[in-house]
Amino acid sequence: MDVTASLTEPVTGHPDGSEPPPDTGAYLDHAATTPMTSAALAAFVEHAHHTGNASSLHSAGRAARRTAEESRETVAAALGARPSEVVFTASGTEADNLAIKGMFWGRRAEDRRRTRILVSAVEHHAVLDPAFWLAGHAGAQVVLLPVDGEGRIDLDALRAELAEHAEEIALVSVMWANNEVGTVQPVRDVVRAARHHQIPVHVDAVQAVGQVPVDFTASGADAMTVSGHKVGGPAGVGALLARRDLPLDAVLHGGGQERGVRSGTLDVPAIAAFAVAVRDAVAGREAHAGRIAALRDELVSRVRDIVPDAMLCGPDPQAHPDGRLPGNAHFAFPGAEGDSLLYLLDSAGVQASTGSACQAGVPQPSHVLLAMGVPETAARGALRFSLGTTSTRADVDRLAAALPQVVERARAAGLVGGRRS
Amino acid sequence: MKVLAAMSGGVDSAVAAALAVEAGHDVVGVHMALSRNRDQFRSGSRGCCSIEDAGDARRAADVLGIPYYVWDLSETFEETVVADFLTEYEAGRTPNPCVRCNEHIKFEALLDKATALGFDAVATGHYARIETRDAGHPGGPVRELHRSPNTAKDQSYVLAVMGPERLARAMFPLGGFATKDEVRAEAARRGLSVSAKPDSYDICFVADGDTRGFLQRRLGSRPGTVVDTSGEVVGEHDGAYAFTVGQRKGLGLGRPAADGKARYVVDVQTSTNTVVVGPAELLSVNRIGGDQAVWFDGALDAAPAGDGWFDAEVQVRAHGTPVPARVRAPEGGAMEIELTGEPLRGVAAGQSVVAYRGTRVLGQATVTKAWRG
Repeated sequence: MDVTASLTEPVTGHPDGSEPPPDTGAYLDHAATTPMTSAALAAFVEHAHHTGNASSLHSAGRAARRTAEESRETVAAALGARPSEVVFTASGTEADNLAIKGMFWGRRAEDRRRTRILVSAVEHHAVLDPAFWLAGHAGAQVVLLPVDGEGRIDLDALRAELAEHAEEIALVSVMWANNEVGTVQPVRDVVRAARHHQIPVHVDAVQAVGQVPVDFTASGADAMTVSGHKVGGPAGVGALLARRDLPLDAVLHGGGQERGVRSGTLDVPAIAAFAVAVRDAVAGREAHAGRIAALRDELVSRVRDIVPDAMLCGPDPQAHPDGRLPGNAHFAFPGAEGDSLLYLLDSAGVQASTGSACQAGVPQPSHVLLAMGVPETAARGALRFSLGTTSTRADVDRLAAALPQVVERARAAGLVGGRRS
Repeated sequence: MKVLAAMSGGVDSAVAAALAVEAGHDVVGVHMALSRNRDQFRSGSRGCCSIEDAGDARRAADVLGIPYYVWDLSETFEETVVADFLTEYEAGRTPNPCVRCNEHIKFEALLDKATALGFDAVATGHYARIETRDAGHPGGPVRELHRSPNTAKDQSYVLAVMGPERLARAMFPLGGFATKDEVRAEAARRGLSVSAKPDSYDICFVADGDTRGFLQRRLGSRPGTVVDTSGEVVGEHDGAYAFTVGQRKGLGLGRPAADGKARYVVDVQTSTNTVVVGPAELLSVNRIGGDQAVWFDGALDAAPAGDGWFDAEVQVRAHGTPVPARVRAPEGGAMEIELTGEPLRGVAAGQSVVAYRGTRVLGQATVTKAWRG
């Protein structure tokens, strides 16, 4: 039997048909990670069969190199970049670290006064934490740019900061779309404002690719992060698209792979699968986005019917169809706590995510919601529902069926557990 | 039953959860996050609240095949246990934060939340036994809290504060274990990697074990004097709140007492920020008064005329020795105690006092005063 061929078939049940497929529930957390596509999985398996270090000069090495370079061309073509601008990394987080640290060091080496890092207050921790690490260890000053009540960056504040401190700014980093509330940022306006002062811009597009049109060159950005497992590729691979004229220092030093800014043997199977996933996600974006936006709109309207005082966080998709990722819905449920909601929904077979970044025992209220002006008490009851390729109306039905009792119970728990007045 | 297993990441709560699963209950593991500050609670094997501990709890839940969640109780913990710890010390009393954690966190915030979410009981890894007895009690079956057969580990003292209503929704699956080694063996037998994890000691939110330093950081330095019982100044301190009645070490007195005997803290006067030291004899008490008393079902059946005196044993420290006493429960939530045997030394206001009859916990109160009468 041809292994790769069988892997391209959708998984519909036990191979011999004797058992129904296990109930995996309604998976509404595609923004955390989304299933690998059959084509990406097939590419991964195919290339995992081959030996060869892409840096080796013999035929096996050349074959691996060829796959890596073809993948580079595929990624570049899908995202409006040149192949030489694609730097493969082991994750979106690594690409963000390379962008923030590499651009900071590169720019400061050119001009020692350039120590300011401008980031929006709603960036992912993979951007915020390297910026604050540089503040603690390398003399950087981090400027958090405010956002409005829907999570959109305040362009006037950005322009004012650029005008006042143009000579001291190393870089600007603004995400294409927010991972929690799905707000799409005005990337072109950000780039235009920064370019006026010749300041480079990094864009974290991890959530955007495959959901909204993303074109690196057309955006005018100098660097852009993408990740494999958010678009149907494997986890453990990503890329930083970086203009060749961008001052960018290495974070990982070693064999000098990837233009010398990212040493490390290339993970050819992961890169091949990543390229297939990016290609397919971009090619199928319009149809996919239309489908999940309709499903998301239904989810939003049913949640509002069931829980009239649930607060949709982020832009209203009816008012701003392009202002929000099509697969994202995010609600705060007053009087309920996110951890109660998550537990009860999980018990009912509905998998969603709380707004907080609870890292193994260290809960933090969502910095995104707080930056949007959501009160901490409301932020506590936040849940994100994110849709993807495998999402169906049955998932929304399952959520709608569970939600009345879940919210009622979570509110009862909110009255007794936790804070007392 | 639907059971919430509170999983700290230690071996005891992991085995308790395993036993609840094996008893046929529908078990969900929950780790309580008690701090939002990554650095506040110590890490590694000594703490009960670190990221590593949350990871250990998660792995134990994986091995048991039960769902696992982290619940954020950090705000309630700060508002109750930590705040109480600070205000009690500030008032010159000696709090027991583990008692307050059982009272406000495990058997209030967690238990009430669990109940509201549909759980029938909360199981913990405490060493104590619950016995149900229906012999002759007019109100029906009585649930009694008893000491663990593991006398070294017995935690009935810190659990007594929960009272009867909470006990009705608690499970202590380790109640029958006589030694910790048996618990570790049970953990190893089930492939729980925490089987060899060291025990935790001390106060989880005092990261370095330095209670005085913690109090000074949170309450600030308040220099004052140390005096002897005649009022003569014999030393200085940075805050009377950091001293506890009965304390001998760390007084920082330059010269010995005139009689050459060891000196102990005999009083902490927060109104004047003064620490009073004196000889050991002054620490001896045979009368103890407490408030906020809780009594377990049937505990007062032996008390004549409702608030008359009855015989019991009382214990004032987590691993203290119980001493014989006469106890009564007057109106208003008080507990009055007269020791009938040996006096106790160094009983401080704020401590928890627990009344026992044999292994059975009768009731608990917070010490308000202790004196020689």
